[in-house]
Amino acid sequence: MNIIVCIKQVPDTSEVSIDPETNTIVREGVPAIINPFDENAIEQAVQMVEEHGGKVTVLSMGPPQAEAALREALAMGADEAILVSDRCFAASDTLATSYVLSTAIREIGDYDLIFCGKQAFDGDTAQVPPGIAEHLGIPQVTFAIGIEVDGRKVRVRRLLEDEFETVEVKMPALISVVKQINEPRRPGIKAKLAAKKKEVKVWDASCIDADACLCGFDGSPTRVVRTFAPSRNTEGKKYEGEPKEVATAVVEALIAEKII
Amino acid sequence: MDFNFTEDEQMIIDAVHEIGQEEFEPRASEVAELGEFPWENIEILREMDLFGIPVPEEYGGLEMGFLLWGVVGELLSRYCSTTGSVFGAHMLCQYPIMAFGTDEQKDKYLRPLTSGEHIGAFGLTEPNAGSDAGSVATKAELRGDKYILNGTKIFISNGGVAETYVVIANLDPSKGTRGLTAFIVEKGMPGFEFGKNEKKMGWDALPNRELIFQDCEVPVENVLYKPGRGFRVAMDTLGVGRLGMAVGAVGLAQAAFDAAIVYAQQREQFGQKISEFQAIQFKLADMATEIEISRLMYQKAAWLKDQGESFEKEAAMAKLYSSEMVSRVTSDAVQIHGGVGYTREFPVERYMREAKLFEIVEGTSEIQRGIIANRLLREYRI
Ligand SMILES: Cc1cc2nc3c(=O)[nH]c(=O)nc-3n(C[C@H](O)[C@H](O)[C@H](O)COP(=O)(O)OP(=O)(O)OC[C@H]3O[C@@H](n4cnc5c(N)ncnc54)[C@H](O)[C@@H]3O)c2cc1C
Ligand SMILES: Cc1cc2nc3c(=O)[nH]c(=O)nc-3n(C[C@H](O)[C@H](O)[C@H](O)COP(=O)(O)OP(=O)(O)OC[C@H]3O[C@@H](n4cnc5c(N)ncnc54)[C@H](O)[C@@H]3O)c2cc1C
Repeated sequence: MNIIVCIKQVPDTSEVSIDPETNTIVREGVPAIINPFDENAIEQAVQMVEEHGGKVTVLSMGPPQAEAALREALAMGADEAILVSDRCFAASDTLATSYVLSTAIREIGDYDLIFCGKQAFDGDTAQVPPGIAEHLGIPQVTFAIGIEVDGRKVRVRRLLEDEFETVEVKMPALISVVKQINEPRRPGIKAKLAAKKKEVKVWDASCIDADACLCGFDGSPTRVVRTFAPSRNTEGKKYEGEPKEVATAVVEALIAEKII
Repeated sequence: MDFNFTEDEQMIIDAVHEIGQEEFEPRASEVAELGEFPWENIEILREMDLFGIPVPEEYGGLEMGFLLWGVVGELLSRYCSTTGSVFGAHMLCQYPIMAFGTDEQKDKYLRPLTSGEHIGAFGLTEPNAGSDAGSVATKAELRGDKYILNGTKIFISNGGVAETYVVIANLDPSKGTRGLTAFIVEKGMPGFEFGKNEKKMGWDALPNRELIFQDCEVPVENVLYKPGRGFRVAMDTLGVGRLGMAVGAVGLAQAAFDAAIVYAQQREQFGQKISEFQAIQFKLADMATEIEISRLMYQKAAWLKDQGESFEKEAAMAKLYSSEMVSRVTSDAVQIHGGVGYTREFPVERYMREAKLFEIVEGTSEIQRGIIANRLLREYRI
């Protein structure tokens, strides 16, 4: 069974702060890590390949520094690593990102499953995994907390807000995982030293036949009007009196605020 | 002379710093207070392959030398002194097998000690044989293809939790040191039991057990090195052991300093931070200076060892100086904390209790001075 795991390098959120002037994330000097959910995706893939045979390929789109994240994944037990990196990918939104990743996956070719994290800690949209599946025309199952292989079928238990759902799909399929699915291993020193010696392939746009119009800024319909840290409104208003009168007052206030 | 670590070494050191801060330090006081062996930490060291730093790759180690082993040990002691001591005591078993073992012995015993699957211990001390190791009375008698061991060891670190023991016994007590023989003994061998676990001034989570041998049968192939040459095995092991003690002392002193310099900048008296008083500043400066001296001393000794050169005198000097240093530094750390430093709310009182041990084990300060003076008088013989 061949599994491709898409991983994103993100700033270590535990060490991130927001610049109060510009409301943007202060990235300088912040260490980069593998998006935590992607560690679960790697762990899941490595465990399943240990059980069923095959190989794990980790794939990331990002700047050259993202190689460090891929090496960490190799230390965790992935067999091969590919970095797709090209200036023309810069400023890709989730649509363009999933397009680029899907063309890279086509180039890799032989796969049974694609694993992603539930969402990225920084971008946080959870749109890339479904985007990849749509571009490839394969089924997708998001928020997996359990994965069971049965021949060419996989049974996936999904973690929903207040319930579980089990769905069955045929391979090839894309699955995004939640952190409760497993406990990612801590790679040992030996594995880290070995990972340093392994090859991380670097592919640019031409290697994966990516259509420049669908990558980067040109391929990104999302327009960021403004980003801001939501202001914390701690001030509440208290209505007192007879329930009927209070209810009326609240509804009127909500209508006045155009909330309802 | 090059004080830089290689990229690989630095990666390991960074990884140990990270794990120490995230996993060990937050639980260190609790581990000591509960007095339970820190299995969780040991499991982490296993996962990280840290039990094999100086061991040849052939036996599953990293083959990266005793200097790196020392630096890692210092960090472990800094973030959790108990874990650092287990790590150090483990080497007292691993090292003699690595240095003196046959290929078969290394395959059978060194491999699992290196992966961390097995914990190791070293048993030399007896009720009547402490500083005077030549008085070991545990008797070994050859009977067919087995040695029969009878006697009791005391204070043995990692005793009970360890699977593998290097034990020094005597073939002929009348021969003194020339009768001493080292054996590899497995937990569970018939006639090998554990006695009482000492209640100590500190280090509650570090087991120090009696090893009781009653007609314990040990196969002849478990003799380490040669019959009658156990003193050599013990002395070489203690050489590395002294290095380990110096390393542990530096780590513990660093932990005390870390606590003191933070507290000094928080506590206010007479309307200012106590770190603004010169009396406190000078204490901090002396503490840091003495720690740095000690660190350089163990690193030099470890470096000599890695170069294959004689390092015993330097290891004894490092052990002597750093073990007395850690008592001063931890005491000053308590002093800087004032009254709260004397309470169990802060870890410095524990550090102070733990520090005293370094002046006693693996050869007391008096014995170290003897070793150093002996070497010096030989070197400078007129
Ligand atoms: C409002 C908004 C503003 C943005 N602004 C900018 C901008 O100014 N500049 C800019 O460059 N980009 C911008 N982006 C793009 C965005 O930040 C991400 O780079 C990218 O689209 C991934 O989206 P995400 O982080 O939400 O990932 P999610 O969809 O949340 O990620 C889910 C999973 O998809 C996979 N995945 C995601 N990204 C990658 C990757 N690169 N490689 C491999 N696997 C991956 C991982 O498995 C991950 O766990 C913006 C996006 C949005 C929605
Ligand atoms: C917590 C702990 C862990 C230990 N772990 C181990 C272990 O894992 N394995 C092991 O084998 N042992 C271990 N020991 C034993 C330890 O190594 C001995 O306690 C130590 O060597 C001192 O021996 P002793 O206690 O018999 O003291 P003694 O030898 O009785 O010393 C008493 C005093 O006399 C002094 N003295 C003795 N001889 C001389 C001399 N010739 N000149 C000047 N002064 C002298 C000493 O310096 C000391 O001050 C441990 C002990 C403790 C407390």
